[in-house]
Formats: sequence, structure tokens, C-alpha cells
Amino acid sequence: MEMPPLDPAILARRSEIVAALRAIVPGEGVIDDLDGMRPYECDALSAYRQMPLVVVLPETVPQVSAILRYCQDNKVKVVPRGAGTSLSGGSMPVGDAILLGLGKFNRVLEIDYANRCARVQPGVTNLGITKAVEHEGFYYAPDPSSQIACSIGGNVAENSGGVHCLKYGLTTNNLLGIEMVLMTGEVVRLGGKHLDSEGYDLMGLMTGSEGLLGVVTEVTVRLLRKPSTARAVLLGFPTEAGAADCVAAVIASGIIPGGMEMMDKDAVKCAEAYVGAGYPLDVEGLLIVELDGPPIEVDYLVERVAEIARERGATTVRVSRDEQERVLFWAGRKAAFPAVGQITPDYMCLDGSVPRGRLVEVLAKMREMSKKHGLRVVNVFHAGDGNLHPLILFDANDPSELKRAEEFGADILRLCVQVGGVLTGEHGVGIEKRDLMGEQFTEIDLDQQMRVKCAFDPDHLLNPGKVFPKLRRCAELGRLVVHQNKIPFPDIPRF
Amino acid sequence: MAGTLRPRDAKELRQAIEWASSEGATLDVRGEGSKLALGKPMVCDQVLDLSGLAGIVDYAPEELVVTLRAGTPLREVEALLAQRNQMLAFEPPDLGPLLGGEPGRGTLVGALMGNLAGPRRLAAGAARDHLLGFSGVNGRGEAFKSGGKVMKNVTGYDLSKLLAGSWGTLAVLDEVSVKVLPAPDQTRTLLLRGLTDEAAVQAMCAAMGSPHEVSGAAHADGKTALRLEGVAPSVEARLKGLRDILAVAGAAMQELGTLESRALWRELRDVQPLAGDRDSIVWRISCPPTEGPAVVARLRARRPSAKAFYDWSGGLVWLALPSSSNGDHMIVRSALGATGGHAALIRAPEAVRAAVPVFQPQPAALATLSARVKESFDPRRLFNPGRMG
Repeated sequence: MEMPPLDPAILARRSEIVAALRAIVPGEGVIDDLDGMRPYECDALSAYRQMPLVVVLPETVPQVSAILRYCQDNKVKVVPRGAGTSLSGGSMPVGDAILLGLGKFNRVLEIDYANRCARVQPGVTNLGITKAVEHEGFYYAPDPSSQIACSIGGNVAENSGGVHCLKYGLTTNNLLGIEMVLMTGEVVRLGGKHLDSEGYDLMGLMTGSEGLLGVVTEVTVRLLRKPSTARAVLLGFPTEAGAADCVAAVIASGIIPGGMEMMDKDAVKCAEAYVGAGYPLDVEGLLIVELDGPPIEVDYLVERVAEIARERGATTVRVSRDEQERVLFWAGRKAAFPAVGQITPDYMCLDGSVPRGRLVEVLAKMREMSKKHGLRVVNVFHAGDGNLHPLILFDANDPSELKRAEEFGADILRLCVQVGGVLTGEHGVGIEKRDLMGEQFTEIDLDQQMRVKCAFDPDHLLNPGKVFPKLRRCAELGRLVVHQNKIPFPDIPRF
Repeated sequence: MAGTLRPRDAKELRQAIEWASSEGATLDVRGEGSKLALGKPMVCDQVLDLSGLAGIVDYAPEELVVTLRAGTPLREVEALLAQRNQMLAFEPPDLGPLLGGEPGRGTLVGALMGNLAGPRRLAAGAARDHLLGFSGVNGRGEAFKSGGKVMKNVTGYDLSKLLAGSWGTLAVLDEVSVKVLPAPDQTRTLLLRGLTDEAAVQAMCAAMGSPHEVSGAAHADGKTALRLEGVAPSVEARLKGLRDILAVAGAAMQELGTLESRALWRELRDVQPLAGDRDSIVWRISCPPTEGPAVVARLRARRPSAKAFYDWSGGLVWLALPSSSNGDHMIVRSALGATGGHAALIRAPEAVRAAVPVFQPQPAALATLSARVKESFDPRRLFNPGRMG
């Protein structure tokens, strides 16, 4: 993974920069020794590591503002970081950039049940929000697997999803407001406790912008009332096609389950050996379908889903009998990644999304690729919304295997794009998929995105080296090429 | 008088804009023109008529996605979805009659460009939450795309969010992919009568905070309406639950069946309670739900004859004021005060819309940023110039 070359002038000014940061953030908020910076050298994409120039951990919005203004004035790069759980290298440090950690912004500021929202600082964990409101029967819906650790600010940056997205949406669909600091140090508020934007929806743009446009310092999220009941159904199929068919049929029948997950045979075996969730081992494809809502509705829908599954040849149909069993059904799925980790030294987790109707074909092609690259692949995915998580098994100690795994991964993502899907459904582009952006986007597409970046950060100082495969200077992007003397569209009807 | 360009395909659309870009010709971008009376009046060199770019490109009900051309009428999309028991969950309103036009006109892309959503907005999200991806042409005459046709996608910036609600000022769309959802089997409404505005909003917020999955909460003409949708047994059970928690309000309750409910929510969606007096000026205020009655009270202190009704559990206030030369914009916006939110002038004579800010003015830093975003798409300011002022 190639990162932009380090700027020797910045490296030479390190002590001056550290001193300037200390003047803004006193005490232990500036970390410049190697041991102290070590915990920040990577995020959850731990194959890639890099020490930052210096780590700064501000505690107030004026401090964040002063840091960014200093960086803008002195052309110093900044990498924002929440909890560091990005799976795509979104918060991986850059050698000549300040790492700006928001971990100290960890307070819940306000809970407003009547307006069903909570105002929190960006370092509060995803699960922390639910924990703060669950005693009143409320929760925050998006639930990425890392929810115990990941921060809500990071969720905004990555537009994080989870297993309940199909029914409850991603982060972007559950935000009401943010406060953010621009590279100029200006603090702006977008949204609030009301709905929709008075002008351009900059909050929507910020969500999923991977820390390239601004630094979020406050988040207002929508709270939902917990559904009164949830039950899970395990559905086992003798073929993957049967399972995929069932997914389509459930949705076509008008049912939107709270969650609908699929695992292939190998994933089922790993998870069962690891957790003992009671999964059937004689199936090629296993679905976990969760239905939530009023008890009478859940009972009704469980019956309908079971019926649809049987019609499509399900050999296992098991409905959770109580909350304990529902949690057990999920335990296997939620532990699928570590379970696969038991049978391989390393694995690479991918994140493409495809139209549901192409699932079976994509799975079959992935198997062919597996043979070609000589590496195994195990599949776990959010079947309801077509978001795949293929796990490629390899041994990082064998450099040829790492290289093959990367190639295999790239082949899978290209395949996703070819069938009408996208490179990443919820993990983000970061550095991991940066160089594949050209598979999905034309240069014009990417130039337009970069021009939006320029509107916020004309010097490309925020989170450099991420998302865009090739950076173009904003001055160059902004140049207007006027097509003079062109024959004006001779064929278009005019009135 | 401005000429009209009517491209028939993506290539002609690009050529037209490339030409406009080279000439610096401003474009009045429109589908069926059903919302021309909304927004700042514009003077443009050319009309860019998208009605030649119409039709459904792809619809797979089990994918919950429909892809269509920008000029496709909303009514055609809704009719197609209804055949498969699906719907646009954000419930796009038909503002035609309110704006003095015909009912049933307008394109789906027009609704997206205004980020217009109906009563279900508070449960199912805004128009912007349903735009999955698009292709279009920027002000440089370059064809580009963003997003996709899948439910979950975080690849690159989510430009769909920016385009939704941009009133055609950033790019001209050619094709969009939109999320659709199953239509409910049953729709029922619980009506509470005789509540004050404050008590009504309190009841609506209690209902929204209950586990009974309320998909509409409005208060108009002394009636507080709560909508429940879904399969029959579920709707029955939730109606009972809702009655139980709202009994404390002490209001008389009445239930409406599916047909009556649909008619009622269509009227609310299309702002019919205020459509009658054709000379009145209509504002739309978005605020925190519990603040709605206070905003209206502050307004009535200055304009006692103001008529108002509430949607979105109190968070959307529709307001009709007597005719005036400035739309009482200072009064409306000061009534909003420090509450947070925004007020948009939805219906007013052209002269009024030309004289006052139609959309809520932004703080300087935000306005500057928005102007830079505009420039990043349309540096020569060709598309719908000034419409969002």
C-alpha cells in the first residue's frame, strides 16, 4: 500500500509543531514519544502500520478548532481518529501528519425522550448510547459488530451499518444533527433536533466522508423505542441457491425482517465448533432471519417466513423459543469472524455489496477464484441488503500468500462491481480499497468527488492518502475548460 | 423569451449542458414544471426540459429498487409500484393544488430535488434517505455518477444526499435509483378530538415514543391523528396499545378504517387543510416536535389570524398567513427563534418570493461552505440560478 511521500520540511519542523500543539492542549494531551504513540500506529486494518508525526488528544471544541486552524495556517496534515476500529484503514496514521484523537470527547450531553433524540460527544461508543437510554426502553438502531468499542464520531465518518440496516437504516438515516470543525477552525452546526436541512444537506455529505472533510465534535442521533418482541428463525438449505432464493422470496412477499443473515457451509461449521449455537451441519446455506415488532405480528411473520422457506426446500426450520435461544442463534453469527480465525493464521475480510439477485452467481464465481488463487474463502453476509463479507484465509508469514490474498480480494471486489454492486457496503474505502476506486468510478466521477473535497479542504490536509487513488491539486481541478466554438448540439429538438 | 432545450437521451443532455457551459447560458431545469411556483423566481437564458428523458429503466421488486429516467412522472412510478404492492415510503406530496396548479403532476426526481416527504417522513425517512444513486451532468458539461443500485454502499462521498434537496442547482440528473418498500396491507387511524395544540403534541410524542410503530402523527382542525400500518392482527393489537397509553389525555377517540385513513393522510400530505384560501401565504416550518406549539403561539401573538396545523408529531408546522408584501418573513423566522430549525416560504406571489429569502438564511460560515459546494458542481452558476435564495 503506497502512501503519499513524506514532506521532509514538515518532519524537520516536528519539535516546533509539538510545541505549538502543547500551547493549545496542555499536559498529557500531546504525545510525542514512541512508546506513547505506539497504540495509535494502526486501526483495525492491522496489516498496515505507521507511526504518526505526533498524537494530540484535545478535550474541548475550542482546542480542536485551534489545532485545525494551526494546521491550516502551517500546512500540516491531520488524521482524525475515533476509537480506531476502522476495517479499511480510515484512521491509519500518516508519517508527516498529526493524529487527532477524539477519545476524550466521551460524554452524553443530553437525552431528550420527548423528541426521541440524544446529543452526545463523538467519542461516546455506539453501544454507549443505547446503554444510556435502554432503561427507558429506547435504543440507537445502527449496530456495527464493533459497537462495544467503535465511537459514534467514527460511525458518522464511515456511515456505519450493522445487521439491522435493512429495516432501520445506516448511520446516515439515524442522524439528526452534527457539530463539526472545518480546516479553517470554524465551527458549524448542521441539523439539530429538527428534521431535514434548510439548504444543501451537508450532514448527509459528511456522513461516510471518512474524515476527509471536517472533524465532528458533537452528534445528535435519533432514538428508537425498542421493539416489544424479537424472534429469530434458523433456516437451513441443501443448496446456496435455495437459501438465496428464500431471501428474495421473503422480501418479495412484503416482509422486511429486522435482520437477515446468510452463512455458507464452512462458516456454519466454524461458528458451530466455536460457539455451539446449535446450527445444522448438513446444510450448504444457513439463514438467520430475525423478526421484530408486536408479539402478534412477530408470530404471524415467523409462520409466513417458515412457510416460504419450506416451499423453497429448507431442511431445517427452527424458531427461537425464548430470548436465550434467540441470543444463541445470533451468537454463532456474531462470532463468525473469530471462529474463522480459529482455523487460519490470518484472514482478510471484504465488504462488497451486490444486488441480491446476483448472490448465487457471485458465490459460484468466488469459488472458482478460490481455486485459481489457491486460497480458501468463507462467506458470511447481510443477505437482506446484499452486503457480502467474504473471508479469505491465508498465512501472512508467507509473503506470497499475502500477495495472493490481496489479488483474490481485488478480484472479488471487481466482480461485485461487474454485477452491478459496489466496492464497499459498510467498511469504507480508506486505504484498503483506495486503489480499486477506478473499478467503480470514472476519472470524471472521482474528479467531481475531489472537487467537493476541495470545497472543504483546498490543501488536502485532512486524512491524506485515503479514499482517492490519485490526488489532484484543487487549483487544477477548479480550472474551467471552456469548449469554445463547439457546434451546439445540432440534433436536440429546440422550441 | 427563453428557448427550450429538450434532450432525448443522455448524450443530448450532456451536449446541451456542454453548450450552455461554453456560452455561459443559464438553464431553468424542469421536469413537468409542477413546482415552478416554489422557490426564488428565476430569469434564465434557456429552459432545459427533461420530459424527453422519461421511463422506467429497471424495476425488480425483490431488490426493493427502481431505476428510472429523470423526466418520469411520479404518478407513473407510483402506479407501477402499486401493481407489486410496493411504495415510495417517504410519501412524496402532491403540492400542485396548493401551488395553484393541477393535481397529479410532477416527476419523482422533482420530489427528490426538493427533498419533499409526507407524513411518513418521521418513521420512514426523507426523500434523501431513499435516493440510492444517480447519474447526471455537472455544470462543466461532464457526465458523472454517484452511489449505486444497492441498499448498502459507502463507496466514495454520498453525493445523493447533496443532490436531494438541491432544487436542481448542483447537477442535472439523467437517471436515479430509488429504494422502495412493501406497501402496508392495512392502514388505520386513531383520532383524538378536542386536544389543545400542546396536549396534542404531547400525545403525539408519547405515541411516537411507544413501541406501537406509529407512521403518521398530525394535528389539524382540532383532531389529532395517529396512523398505524401493517398486517391486520398487528394493527389491531397496536391500536389497542395506543388507546391504552393515550387514555390519560382524556380525549374522545375514534378509529378510521383503511379507506378513510388513506384519504385523510393524503389530505394532510398535500397540505389541503390550508389550500382553501388561495390568497394566503403558506410557510413550512421544521422544528423540534415539542417546540411546535410554542413557535405557533409566538406567531399568533403577532398575527392572530394565522392558521396552522402540525405534522411529524409537531415537528412540521404548516402555516397560512394573510397576504402581505413581505410574507411576514421576519415575524415567522423570529417566531422560530433560537429553537433550531428552519422556515421555508412555500406559497406566495412571485413578487413576494422575489423580495424575501424563500429558504432559511444560513449562518455565514455555512453559507460560504454551501456556496463552495455549489461551485464544485456548477462553477458558472448555470443551473436554476438563485432558486435557493
